[in-house]
Amino acid sequence: MGIPVLYTIRSAQVRWVPNLVAVVSIAGTVAVFVSMLALASGFRATLVASGSAQNALVRRAGSTAEVESVLTIEEVRTIQDAPGIARDDQGPQVSPEALVIVARPLRQTGTDANVQLRGVSPRVWAVRPNVRIVAGRAFTPGLPEVIVGKHAARAYQGTELGSTLRFGGTAWKVVGIFDAGGTAFDSEIWCDAVLLNQAFQRPAQIFQSVTVRLVSPDAFSSFKDALTADPRLRVQVDREIDYYRKNSQAVTRMIEILGTLVAFIMGIGAVFAGLNTMYSALSARVREVAVLRALGFGALSVLGAFLLEALLIAAIGGLAGLFLVLPLNGWTTSTINWQTFSHLSFAFRVTPRLAFEGFFFALGIGFLGGLPPAWRAARWPVARALREL
Amino acid sequence: MTFGTLIWANLRRRKLRTLLTMASFGSALFLYGILRALHGALYGGVELASASRLVVINRVSLTQPLPQAYGEKIRRVPGVVAVTSANWFGGVYQDERNFFPQFAIEAETYRDMYPEFVIPDEQWQAFLRDRQGCVIGEATARRFGFQVGDRVVLRGTIFPGTWEFNVRAIYRGTRDLDDTTQFWFHREYLEERAGGWVRGMVGWYVVRVADPDRALEVARAIDARFANSPWETKTEPEQAFTASFVKQMGNVQFLILTVGAVVFATLLLVTGNTMAMAVRERTGELGVLKTLGFTDTNLLLLVEAEILVQALIGGGLGVLAAGAVVPGLSRAIPGMIFHLSLPEVVSGVLLALGVGGVAGLLPALSAARLSVAAALRRV
Repeated sequence: MGIPVLYTIRSAQVRWVPNLVAVVSIAGTVAVFVSMLALASGFRATLVASGSAQNALVRRAGSTAEVESVLTIEEVRTIQDAPGIARDDQGPQVSPEALVIVARPLRQTGTDANVQLRGVSPRVWAVRPNVRIVAGRAFTPGLPEVIVGKHAARAYQGTELGSTLRFGGTAWKVVGIFDAGGTAFDSEIWCDAVLLNQAFQRPAQIFQSVTVRLVSPDAFSSFKDALTADPRLRVQVDREIDYYRKNSQAVTRMIEILGTLVAFIMGIGAVFAGLNTMYSALSARVREVAVLRALGFGALSVLGAFLLEALLIAAIGGLAGLFLVLPLNGWTTSTINWQTFSHLSFAFRVTPRLAFEGFFFALGIGFLGGLPPAWRAARWPVARALREL
Repeated sequence: MTFGTLIWANLRRRKLRTLLTMASFGSALFLYGILRALHGALYGGVELASASRLVVINRVSLTQPLPQAYGEKIRRVPGVVAVTSANWFGGVYQDERNFFPQFAIEAETYRDMYPEFVIPDEQWQAFLRDRQGCVIGEATARRFGFQVGDRVVLRGTIFPGTWEFNVRAIYRGTRDLDDTTQFWFHREYLEERAGGWVRGMVGWYVVRVADPDRALEVARAIDARFANSPWETKTEPEQAFTASFVKQMGNVQFLILTVGAVVFATLLLVTGNTMAMAVRERTGELGVLKTLGFTDTNLLLLVEAEILVQALIGGGLGVLAAGAVVPGLSRAIPGMIFHLSLPEVVSGVLLALGVGGVAGLLPALSAARLSVAAALRRV
């Protein structure tokens, strides 16, 4: 026979002070757990979303990041002729790009952070259709003009429309702000690739990477095979999405290791706290349990009732913790991505999956903290307990 | 019966509760140790930075090079004692995850610039003689089992191809948080094989100034010297340079402090509540003690002492356990050096005692204020 759930709820209500303490400790643990993983998941999501499955990124063989790579104009021309590239009336949808990392002061701290200055070709709009101008206009090829990603515009000083930025020996005018849908490009500044090379005294016909739009995601392998088989080229070809996913790994891994470790230790602490409150509550309820048993409730029912009480407290704690971190969802923060050596803005992402994980983490704490005391209560010798009345 | 035996008896009364309370202190202080080590791993380099060294980089950013010819010009700026330079190599050892920093250095001047790194003289001489030689920090040497005489092969990312080196020396740090993950080799080897732009261009300069108090003045003089040239410089004290890296990671300090605050606030609540329950259980007994002549202060101290003993043992064990685990973190997250120093351990234990003291305050006061009549009525 089961003990009514109402009994469990009432009994949790009666001892509200120690239970509140347990709720707070579980809520804190879940909040830390979910917020750290939301940080990692937001970072990863931003980078992964930057790449398209229909795009391929070509860089020199051996370079891990785009900025380390060098491609000559002859190589770019060879790449343009490969099969599988989408074409329109303006020719192949290919964007050879030059990249320079420049240090700019952040608005928030006044200290420098690395921003990627990307020199793009006029075809970039066809290659990255998800990028659109939201204020001002696109830069004019051949003029020292830049457009700024929406996150970069918010993060760095002096990036307002109409202001002038000094990079290299050149003064660049900010003529537009672009929105790349919350991807890594939003943290970048774009300009004309040819002018970028001039400004930084680099050979005019040198690029870091070539991004191509394929006719379809399936065209990737034939495109890749054609390039790797070409004896004139020594290049590495990746799906853009894979390249960005890989670039998210180091930082994501670090946040996940540290976040999980911290949450795990806090979880252990919360189990100790839970055990302590439940055991103490139990010693005050010896008689109550004995009466229940005398009334005919079985040992299993007692075990179930106590466990349910622990899980109830844990569930409330878990929900409270989730409630605390939910406002973080969408909150934009930024960090340096060591793999590209540049600053990246991204938003916390409290996904439903993470919320579930956090909630079950709380239930796990409740189970571990509740089972031993419940077990003890169930095994209490009825006669001896009643004698204490 | 002394005060001590009374505390001991109270602690043994509910052994499980005592153990669990100590474990609560233990887990909180374990976490404190981890967070403290994380803080050190991130900000330690900033604290260790030498006040007499400046770093000169290209004004655009660290990734842009500077002409090698600047070295001589910097040396002639008043207040400069020594100059050396290095290039970032960015090679990969077997797998990208095996990251460690590699610098192509100006061998004649580099060692003198960093007196905190210790290299046996004969090893250093062997390195100077071997154009393909390299010097490896002991942390990286230990991580991959490199020994003097080994051959190390790196895959170039910025400078394509396969690069072979002979390990000629292993350097040690003199302080706990000194970075011994670096890998140095001759810039001549890089120029010879890579050619191209790297010939005549260096990544950055490191400058030693005669008077640390005038470091900023010298930094300004260097930048002024190259103003309006195609390669403008940005010169910073080493500390500011290191800090700029950490600052780019975002406000990790705030994150660490928040987590720490949550942990200790919870600990305070949990232990305070447990202690309050313990005092409530003993109401009758405390009444008896009072009738026997124990003063209010005696009882206050009795309760406080009980929780402080638990804080000391639990917290102490927790922070020591963290000290034992921390070296493993350095292996799990390469490129960061985790270390827990003795003062940090001691301040952890003091923190535990502080939390215990505060948590015990309310229960102890309620024990002290107990009226004998009311307490005994419940016996």
